[in-house]
Amino acid sequence: MTADEQPSEAAPGVTDAASGAAGAQAHEHETPQAPPRPLLAQDWRRLLRMGAVGATAQMFLALSNMPLRLDDRLLIKPILSFGYLSLLFVPFVVGNRVGHQIKREGIPTHAAGAHEVIGGAVAGAVAGAGVSLMALLLANFDLREPLVNWSPQLADLLAFGNSTGFAVFIWLLLGGLSGAAGGAMRLLRPRIRRVAVTMILTVGLISVMETLVTDLAEGMRFEWLTDRVYARRGGVNWNWALILAAVSGLVSVLARGRVRRTRERIASLEGASRNRANLGLIALTGALLVILPMFTGKLTNELLANVGLFVLLALGLNVVVGLAGILDLGYVAFFAVGSYTAAVLTAATSPRINPELPWFVALIFVVGITGLVGLFIGAPVIRMRGDYLAIVTLGFGEIIRLLFLSDWLSGWFGGSQGIVRIPGAGIFGLASVDGTDPRAVFYLVLAFCALTIYISWRLERSRLGRAWMAVREDETVAEAMGINTVNVKLMAFVVGAVLGSFSGAIFSAKVGSVFPNSFLILVSIVILVVVIFGGMGSIPGVIAGSAVLIGVLGGPRQPGLLAEFSEYKLLIYGALLIWMMLARPEGLIPSVRRSRELHQQEMAQDAWLREQLDEEANGGGSLRASAATS
Amino acid sequence: MIRTAGPRRGAPRTGVDWFLTFLRVAALTVIAVGLLAFIWQEIDADNPFARVVNPDATGLSGEQFRGLVVSGVAQGCMYGLIALGYSMVYGVLGFINFAHGEVFMVGAMTGMITSNKLADAGWWESNFIGSLLLIVIISMIVCTLTAVIMERVAYRPLRGAPRLIPLITSIGVSFFIQNAALVLLGPTAKAYPDVPDWVKDKHTFLQIEGARILVVVVSAVSMAVLWYLVEHTKGGKAMRAVAEDAEIAALMGINVNRTIVRVFAVGGAMAGLAGILWGILFRSVTHLTGFLPGIKAFSAAVVGGIGHLGGAMAGGVSIGVAESVGPLVILEPLGVSGVSQLRDAVAFAMLIGVLLIRPSGIFGERLPAEDRT
Amino acid sequence: MTCTMESTGAGGGATAAAPLLETRKLSVDFGGLHALDGLDFEVREGEIVSVIGPNGAGKTTLFNAITATVALSSGDIVFEGGSLLGLDPNKVTARGIARTFQNVRLFANMTVLENVMVSQHCRTRQHAFGALFCTPAFRREEAEIRERAEKILNFFGSRLVGYRFDQPAFTLSYANRRRLEIARAMATEPKLILLDEPVAGMNPVESAELTKLIGRLRDEWGFAIVVIEHHMDVVREVSDRVVVLDHGTKIAEGVYEEVSNDPLVIEAYLGHGNENS
Repeated sequence: MTADEQPSEAAPGVTDAASGAAGAQAHEHETPQAPPRPLLAQDWRRLLRMGAVGATAQMFLALSNMPLRLDDRLLIKPILSFGYLSLLFVPFVVGNRVGHQIKREGIPTHAAGAHEVIGGAVAGAVAGAGVSLMALLLANFDLREPLVNWSPQLADLLAFGNSTGFAVFIWLLLGGLSGAAGGAMRLLRPRIRRVAVTMILTVGLISVMETLVTDLAEGMRFEWLTDRVYARRGGVNWNWALILAAVSGLVSVLARGRVRRTRERIASLEGASRNRANLGLIALTGALLVILPMFTGKLTNELLANVGLFVLLALGLNVVVGLAGILDLGYVAFFAVGSYTAAVLTAATSPRINPELPWFVALIFVVGITGLVGLFIGAPVIRMRGDYLAIVTLGFGEIIRLLFLSDWLSGWFGGSQGIVRIPGAGIFGLASVDGTDPRAVFYLVLAFCALTIYISWRLERSRLGRAWMAVREDETVAEAMGINTVNVKLMAFVVGAVLGSFSGAIFSAKVGSVFPNSFLILVSIVILVVVIFGGMGSIPGVIAGSAVLIGVLGGPRQPGLLAEFSEYKLLIYGALLIWMMLARPEGLIPSVRRSRELHQQEMAQDAWLREQLDEEANGGGSLRASAATS
Repeated sequence: MIRTAGPRRGAPRTGVDWFLTFLRVAALTVIAVGLLAFIWQEIDADNPFARVVNPDATGLSGEQFRGLVVSGVAQGCMYGLIALGYSMVYGVLGFINFAHGEVFMVGAMTGMITSNKLADAGWWESNFIGSLLLIVIISMIVCTLTAVIMERVAYRPLRGAPRLIPLITSIGVSFFIQNAALVLLGPTAKAYPDVPDWVKDKHTFLQIEGARILVVVVSAVSMAVLWYLVEHTKGGKAMRAVAEDAEIAALMGINVNRTIVRVFAVGGAMAGLAGILWGILFRSVTHLTGFLPGIKAFSAAVVGGIGHLGGAMAGGVSIGVAESVGPLVILEPLGVSGVSQLRDAVAFAMLIGVLLIRPSGIFGERLPAEDRT
Repeated sequence: MTCTMESTGAGGGATAAAPLLETRKLSVDFGGLHALDGLDFEVREGEIVSVIGPNGAGKTTLFNAITATVALSSGDIVFEGGSLLGLDPNKVTARGIARTFQNVRLFANMTVLENVMVSQHCRTRQHAFGALFCTPAFRREEAEIRERAEKILNFFGSRLVGYRFDQPAFTLSYANRRRLEIARAMATEPKLILLDEPVAGMNPVESAELTKLIGRLRDEWGFAIVVIEHHMDVVREVSDRVVVLDHGTKIAEGVYEEVSNDPLVIEAYLGHGNENS
């Protein structure tokens, strides 16, 4: 999480940018006229405000029962569980923000950096006071009536098993320490900070990925190692946590320059050889994805298959939202139609029509029918304003689910009973892929992911893709430049629908049954979060987004690596969506274009400067010429 | 002023146009045939058409029909109250505050908590009207705060971003509030305390439940008050000025930020009121209570013409009546079984239909200058 | 693809043949306001016509009416003998009319090259199928599109070429944005280009350069051009014919010298438009 904070630091303050580069320099380093401030001359109101926000967050976290529920999941044995981490995290972030703000002001003190640490500590302590207050309230009041998590166990956890007074004291202290650490993070030089962040992330990642790693270890026969790293009941042993941190820190110190240099070298390659390097990278990733599941167990493969399904869905939505800029909130409708079509065509138990087609034959119909449904839904909405379109597609998504659910059509689709005992996906008589063999499902999903990636990659770089972009940029002008915007947008809708139907068809074969309740609007929103988190319009971003969100937190119904979080994942998705939009709207791995769009001003300034230099170099450009004439 | 990307007057030309015309005609045909079949069924439940399409048709008694309309109107009034928030925010900021339905849910939850506390203390029975006023005030305050904080945290930093960005953010806010209510208060449905008999039972003269009368009267009164506030006070004029053109309004010395906060506050208060009314009428609330009414209320705002206060209320009532009467009057005579499951589908279909046939709503839209495209 | 490539080379000489574009009794109403009121207007092939008039005279509305972005109240627009009535804006462009916008509207986040490439949409055929299977026809067309885009951008000298090909359009300077807008209009392979205040916001040097460029557009590419302009020196320089609008009607027409001495025009326009010349 701290790594994500970094970009904001790179952005200069508005005033800095305005006063010009030279001014900013002077501002940063030497301000001889101002005497150093004493340590306690803080902006107390700001500290209190940030602290109070943190304290509120802390109380919310405590009342959401997150600490208690996540206490079982150890991160580092025996020191840290996710439960306590969730409470320590807030003061850290608060301290970090405060430190960042103080540092940006750049006011000199007697001891460099002390200001930040003290500010962070104070704000962190205020945030920690939220937990202290919570402990006091828990001890003295009983609000179990509306608040379901108001329990003595929570009080006990907050007090580490001791008295309430201890809880009050310890959380002030812990909050202060955590906040101070957060503030201090800002002081480290970027290089050192990067190493520290790498160390923390490595340990965290290895702990989070425990099931994956142990599973892999079993397949590849290095259990001897994982048995030592992980404690028997979960979590990384503390000594191994230290070792891992040290190793990763060392690697980070040694390799940092190299990674960047390699990346720069690939970026600077010209045309063909760059393509070759990229192709090599893609081939390597593909090979890894093919080989990896052979060594992992059922659980991991199940997880991979789920992630793959969401990659497939997200890539489809990405065409609609990312490329053509149409916010489709009813995307789940196509998933549903794909699933139901496949189910009706392949299952013997389907109520009305049951031709029991082989899966691949059914797929042709699935694609055709979903495409038609895409046209049918798309045509009425395509001329609407973007935001109306969003709500109307959401309405369509819900209508389709209600129709599948209704008694009216239950003669066709089984109503709330759904369609069960759907056979697996037969692959040309070679194998039948169903839920009992997640590895096979994963390979099937992988194949379709590859197909989908190819389709969206090709389309993006074609006449159609350019027209999508133009429509996204400015519909009126696109129309005036001879683009039939209605057809082009409809095409995006249909392509998205067809891509979504792939995952629908696989889903019904994998799960073996379809019910209307698998297709709630929730699914649409989760896919949207995945696309936005990853980066709208960016294929690698969307893949990474699904891997991180669905893999770690889980999908609407699918568990992720952190199964303990399942109660909170939707909450986290919501918060993440807000945070992404506010702080990093271009996503985790932004497409070049999107980040341009969102940072137009900065880029335009650069280009302007460059142009001026250019013109100067050309021997008197517009600046000089205009000066001469006017 | 300039119509963009729309067809010029005249016959449809593209495939999409033909399809849309077909859809419009089909929708109107279904409604017309359904209505005719319904009327025929009312005259003679055993007519030849009904015998083919819907053999066990019985028709509706006058009593049943009136009941449907009344419950539709009451429900619609609540949609209308929520729709005010959507409409005002859209009018001023030009984006759909998707999370507004959750503000309504927060109101209903607040009402549930406070009314249960009051019931524990015994005031609820002894002084029902007083307690009702109290929970309305508390709920309105809480909802106002929710809406204002929402604006401050999530929307203000996005002022001036492309219009889909705040919409996506508001989806996130909606998700967050919904799930926050889930983790704090638990997933089970929570009940309001028992209400006095005059609220539960039908009024002797009007033959309508007291709660429904209460909902309609309270909505009408609050609507009138709001209308007065917007049309005749300084703050209301500032709102209308900002809705017209925020930049010019700022140049005229209007504090745009404060006005926008005020818009959110008023919308929140109305949603809080609607939440309490909902609680009194249905007496049960969950964390999902806000979602569907929220979307339907937005539909109501669109149906009435977004940015138009009276339109929001009219749209709410029409959506309420349509979803309550529509399935039984139009779909049932056509032989659709289990029509009550399709209530929500009818509400959405109405939104789609209105946008297809008259996108600017019944009363026409009032939008910020840059959105009138 | 070749239809506009031949140069007329005729210079300013107006031919006697039927006009390229003709509006007949064109009226556009906004509510009660007559933005255009029974306007008869024509452009002949290879001609440069300037449309001038005070603010609110209906100049941009005329462009919007021709390009179908605004609904007509009555009248007809005939282009190459066929009516444009009832066509969508994209169909009008496909017939051979391209325009630029008064407030430059580029596809800001697309690169310079892409801006020009995407504007060839209506002159190219390849759809999803070709792109997916990378057919020879698709590759050929992509290469052609790119080549043509580069050729068009080269027309503007060194300003839009080289590293600028791959720069997003919003990084361009104001004058270059205007140039790119013209390039984009050229890419639609029009017979008629409508330029809406092409030199607005440019400094005198850039403005003089663009004036020459407008002449070259006609001479080298054979486009007929309609220019809305407030700068009288530009109008004098480029136009074969000047049309003066006021309150949606034509109050004068003719060569620059005639028009500029017309008392009606002086009263309506030049009387308070002089600060530009």
